[in-house]
Amino acid sequence: MAAVVDMAETLAVPQEGRRRAFRAFLSNPAGVISLAFLLCAVALALAAPHLYPEDPLSMVARPFLWPGQNASYPLGTDSLGRDVAAGVVWGTRISLLVGFCAMALGISLGLLVGAVAGYFGGRVDDALVKFIEIFQTPPSFVLLVVLVAIAQPAISTVIVAIALVTWPTAARLVRAEFRSLREKDFVMAARGLGYGHARIIVREILPNALPPLIVSASVLVATAILMEAALSFLGLSDPNVVSWGSMIGAGRELLRTAWYLCAVPGVAIVLTVLALNLLGDALNDSLNPRVSAKR
Amino acid sequence: MPLLEVTELETHYPTSRGLLKAVDGVSFTVSAGESVGLVGESGCGKSTLGKAILGLAPVTDGVVRFDGEEVSRLGSGARKPFRRRMQMIFQDPFGSLNPRHSIGEILSAPLAVHGVGKAGDRKDRVARILAQVGLPAESIHRYPHEFSGGQRQRIGIARALILDPDLVICDEPVSALDLSIQAQIINLLVSLKGEFGLSFLFISHDLSVVRYFSDRVLVMYLGVIVESAMASQLWSRPLHPYTRALIAAVPDPARRRQVAPLDGDLPGPQDVPAGCRFHPRCPLSSDRCRVEAPLPRTWAPGHDVACHHADEVPRASDQP
Repeated sequence: MAAVVDMAETLAVPQEGRRRAFRAFLSNPAGVISLAFLLCAVALALAAPHLYPEDPLSMVARPFLWPGQNASYPLGTDSLGRDVAAGVVWGTRISLLVGFCAMALGISLGLLVGAVAGYFGGRVDDALVKFIEIFQTPPSFVLLVVLVAIAQPAISTVIVAIALVTWPTAARLVRAEFRSLREKDFVMAARGLGYGHARIIVREILPNALPPLIVSASVLVATAILMEAALSFLGLSDPNVVSWGSMIGAGRELLRTAWYLCAVPGVAIVLTVLALNLLGDALNDSLNPRVSAKR
Repeated sequence: MPLLEVTELETHYPTSRGLLKAVDGVSFTVSAGESVGLVGESGCGKSTLGKAILGLAPVTDGVVRFDGEEVSRLGSGARKPFRRRMQMIFQDPFGSLNPRHSIGEILSAPLAVHGVGKAGDRKDRVARILAQVGLPAESIHRYPHEFSGGQRQRIGIARALILDPDLVICDEPVSALDLSIQAQIINLLVSLKGEFGLSFLFISHDLSVVRYFSDRVLVMYLGVIVESAMASQLWSRPLHPYTRALIAAVPDPARRRQVAPLDGDLPGPQDVPAGCRFHPRCPLSSDRCRVEAPLPRTWAPGHDVACHHADEVPRASDQP
């Protein structure tokens, strides 16, 4: 029972709370392994130009080399003789880039709208909730396809489109946090002291609303990676870059004869998304003192 | 001219079950240097009244004047200079301090927001106020969770006083604290009152605390003030049956026989009884009380009561 905390500590607090949260996180093997895996993935993505300096779309060997058949191409080659390993490594770059950028953009947008709606309440809240609902009404993937179809299929537009589809989740979460926090006495005290709205939102409430947002951030990265994979599988993403989804899309018709062409990038997607979700769970458990106290 | 003048103040909240009349026509004044106690059961609207005066709860009707100027209709910008002069000490010392800010940040932010002094002066000011409330100077680097309830309440007091206010509204400042700590905090408030020349509106459900602290006492029941008098008058000659019940409920070893407590619970502010609000629980209630709400009348100079049967209240009847 390393995480036995007394009542005073169950309040979200800095320093000691941060240390306690860190300890709780370390005691969760799934979280630690996931974090390690994701750090490796980031390292791989950063090292891609050094590991495979050539364009991963260029043909380098005989087509349909199976994994392990040729030591120079450990994951084999595809129907055009392109190195699958190079594709996976470069695909990591694209997937993580899209995942993190779309998450950052989505969280920023959600934070802005959610904070204003939750803090001010009343008519502002009503209007902004309606605005959020506009984005939530159509099925999100259909909206995503429409947005990408309208814009040019480039990585930047894919990122923006995914952010536009996912930000309502963040906005709702932030709104709920702000609604409960604005009733707290320390916010009342801040108003009584004459603090402006901006100061109260940014300095008083936001630091207390961050833990659940950090948790949802990792899940949003996973969602964005899946969405990008689905888009490029359908051939709606940037055709000039290799991504896990486009590799699966290219290997789809050869599933019976060369299933590894789909399986290898598929495993990459599964592991990354799983790691991000497990990381989110671990962060939730460690940042939420009531849960980590029970452990 | 009184420092604070509240006239027919109303705070009504629309709810799904009808209009919630938390404060329903309250008038009183607080003079400079005076300590006014406000007592009543939980849920009678006394906290809402305190917050409405500071503009932290909505004012549906009525007027709040501070130093002769009407402040109840001011926007947040125009109210800011008055915020400096009226401060609040909160009940819950755990919820009223932002857990993410150090004590130094908590105490220097009000100075920064109101543009008091330069950064260096502010540090001195924070150090001085910490000494005045009896906390070590090193506290500025520590966070609220590192302090006990009593120490946190000292921080809350320091925050309320750092802008050098004229009026401090204390909303049950000691009711969340241990009995032994309560006395320390009350004594601190008494000494700071002299040091800063403060006026207090002291809200509490605990009569013994109010008795010790206040020059004048207002008794509140279901959103209205039923009796107001100088503290000594109120204790020697309580007129309203509700006041008598409250005083009788204070434990007193000198009293030989235990008096019967007040019957029933406080009705919700959504279904206020017709006529006199107190009549369903009143030992003296008559047919008149059921239909006609009593208006406040002056019984003696400085002693007002809102009861049809105030003159029938036997003196010290709780004695055997």
